[in-house]
Amino acid sequence: MSDFLQLESLTLAYGKSIAVESLDLSVSRGELVAFLGPSGCGKSTTMRAIAGLMKSRAGQIRLDARDITRTPANKRNVGMVFQSYALFPHLSVAENVAFGLRLKRMARQDLQARVEEGLSIVGLTEFATRMPAELSGGQQQRVALARALVMDPKVLLLDEPLSNLDARLRLEMRSELQRVQKQTGLTMIFVTHDQVEALSLADRIVVMNQGRVEQIGTPEQIYNHPTTRFVADFVGFENIFSTSDLHRLSVNSPSDPTNPAPAPLPLQTPAQALPDTDGLAWRPASVVLGRGNYQGTIVGSAFAGTVREYLLQTELGPVRADVNADLPAFHAGSDVCFDLPIDKAVSLSSLS
Amino acid sequence: MNGRVLQYLVLTLVLLFLIGPFFIIVAAGLSAGESLAFPPQGLSFRWVIKVFQIDSFRDSFALSMALAVFGTLAALFLGVPIAYALARYKLPFAETLRTVVSAPIIVPGIIVGLALLRYLVVPLDVEVVTALFAAHTALVLPYAVRVVSASLNNLRSDIEEAAVLLGASRLGAFFRVVLPNIRSGILAAFILGFVTSFNQVPVSLFLSGPGVRTLPIDMISYLETTYDPSVAALAALLAFLSIAIVFLAERFLGFSRYV
Ligand SMILES: Nc1ncnc2c1ncn2[C@@H]1O[C@H](COP(=O)(O)OP(=O)(O)OP(=O)(O)O)[C@@H](O)[C@H]1O
Ligand SMILES: [Mg+2]
Repeated sequence: MSDFLQLESLTLAYGKSIAVESLDLSVSRGELVAFLGPSGCGKSTTMRAIAGLMKSRAGQIRLDARDITRTPANKRNVGMVFQSYALFPHLSVAENVAFGLRLKRMARQDLQARVEEGLSIVGLTEFATRMPAELSGGQQQRVALARALVMDPKVLLLDEPLSNLDARLRLEMRSELQRVQKQTGLTMIFVTHDQVEALSLADRIVVMNQGRVEQIGTPEQIYNHPTTRFVADFVGFENIFSTSDLHRLSVNSPSDPTNPAPAPLPLQTPAQALPDTDGLAWRPASVVLGRGNYQGTIVGSAFAGTVREYLLQTELGPVRADVNADLPAFHAGSDVCFDLPIDKAVSLSSLS
Repeated sequence: MNGRVLQYLVLTLVLLFLIGPFFIIVAAGLSAGESLAFPPQGLSFRWVIKVFQIDSFRDSFALSMALAVFGTLAALFLGVPIAYALARYKLPFAETLRTVVSAPIIVPGIIVGLALLRYLVVPLDVEVVTALFAAHTALVLPYAVRVVSASLNNLRSDIEEAAVLLGASRLGAFFRVVLPNIRSGILAAFILGFVTSFNQVPVSLFLSGPGVRTLPIDMISYLETTYDPSVAALAALLAFLSIAIVFLAERFLGFSRYV
């Protein structure tokens, strides 16, 4: 069942401008997938295409073993919670939830039972007779969720479901979503540009950039093993260098006369040991200052509690290093050597 | 202190200027005398009663009523879809459409009336009533489009998408979630259109024929032959009717939000 929902080389465009290009993705039943990426990368566009609110320029969408590429939005049985909630202002909470069921011509008793069930899942039973304008943002959000849930959709899409909420409510809704997903076993895709949200909530993350998928993987894979420059930068591997530069600029005489903190044991990486990839990336915390095969000049430093943050000017380019604040400080303007330990590096297949 | 006095003076003058004529008309209509005059000579309801006995007033009132109701309905029938299209779709000719739709308020009514007479009624032998109906529809259309547009702009378009994803067709979404939410805008447009059409003079002036006269035109021609206070009485009755309508509209719809 790893292909409950499948997008195959899906291309989406607004007029002449391509918003999403040749996107491939498969989602299994019951999975919670996050679309993560910067503003304008095509997350909402992809969602709207899955929902059928937008025609695809090319490619295929398959859902539950059926090709739904040309199926109209109202026949897809895909639910969506909009960022703005999109509640019907003229209908009460209960009527909002009942809207889709009425269109299905569901029998009265069934309908009522269903609405009550939906409202109780999101904990809004007492609010059934309120109008949307009389609810808080979080409550409106939950009505929108209940309205989609009672339709028993094959896939539930949530476009930045938490971005309009304050921090406390966001946490609350986050666990609420997780609970609902566990309880219903629903396949869900949600959009976010909050990394933490994606990492903590999703089974799998799709990182998008400029209309393309950069990487798909579990939160651990994305966070610890980014494979592209963009993802590496996004999850904090800020020091990204091409392997050839690293080879070229590695100095084989590690002793440095200006080094104020002499290393007791050289631990530097021999240049020959670099793996055969396009690029390598390190988190600032992995960079070792004071010893190593590379040289640079400190151009900035800032004390940040447990660590001191340095910015180095080097022939590799700017390097960020976070060094334990207990160690003696390096002064701006001083030349230092530094190491980029290979065991802390992630290899990037492409640097473009 | 002086400023305050001046303020009140100006305010009083403005009110006097705006509302004064209304009181004069009411007083003149309630006069017991034989001719239209102010101050009235005595008080009586005789001219108010006479209004209801003049046949031509009854006919022209019926015509004006019918024009106002059906002209406004027709304008809404055209105007709601136009406003919807302008609000929701990037039409290639949106600006042109907006201009064409507002032309009737920009072009002086006299010209519209003359043009309709000269190029529609006379050469094509169109019934005067038909021409009147067309003219009133066109005159009310700009108001209909504007007022409905205003309430459409307050309505987010994603509720239609939400309705579609819950199984509604596009048309179904329009009737189920758009229309109910712009209902008060449509009612406001109806009232505004009704009053505009009912009070219309310049266009209707040209479009009158034997037995076909709107009420304002009929009142003017009545004045030309008979100078008694019944016209004032009628005017006062109409003013009260308008006030009642606008008051009810404001009371139940918050009319002033849309105009
Ligand atoms: N209605 C539209 N007409 C034309 N271009 C559009 C339209 N909507 C989006 N785009 C373009 O398509 C691209 C993708 O937009 P999309 O809304 O999918 O981004 P997103 O990833 O959801 O961003 P955000 O996080 O800001 O919501 C953007 O470059 C955007 O400018
Ligand atoms: Mg978006």
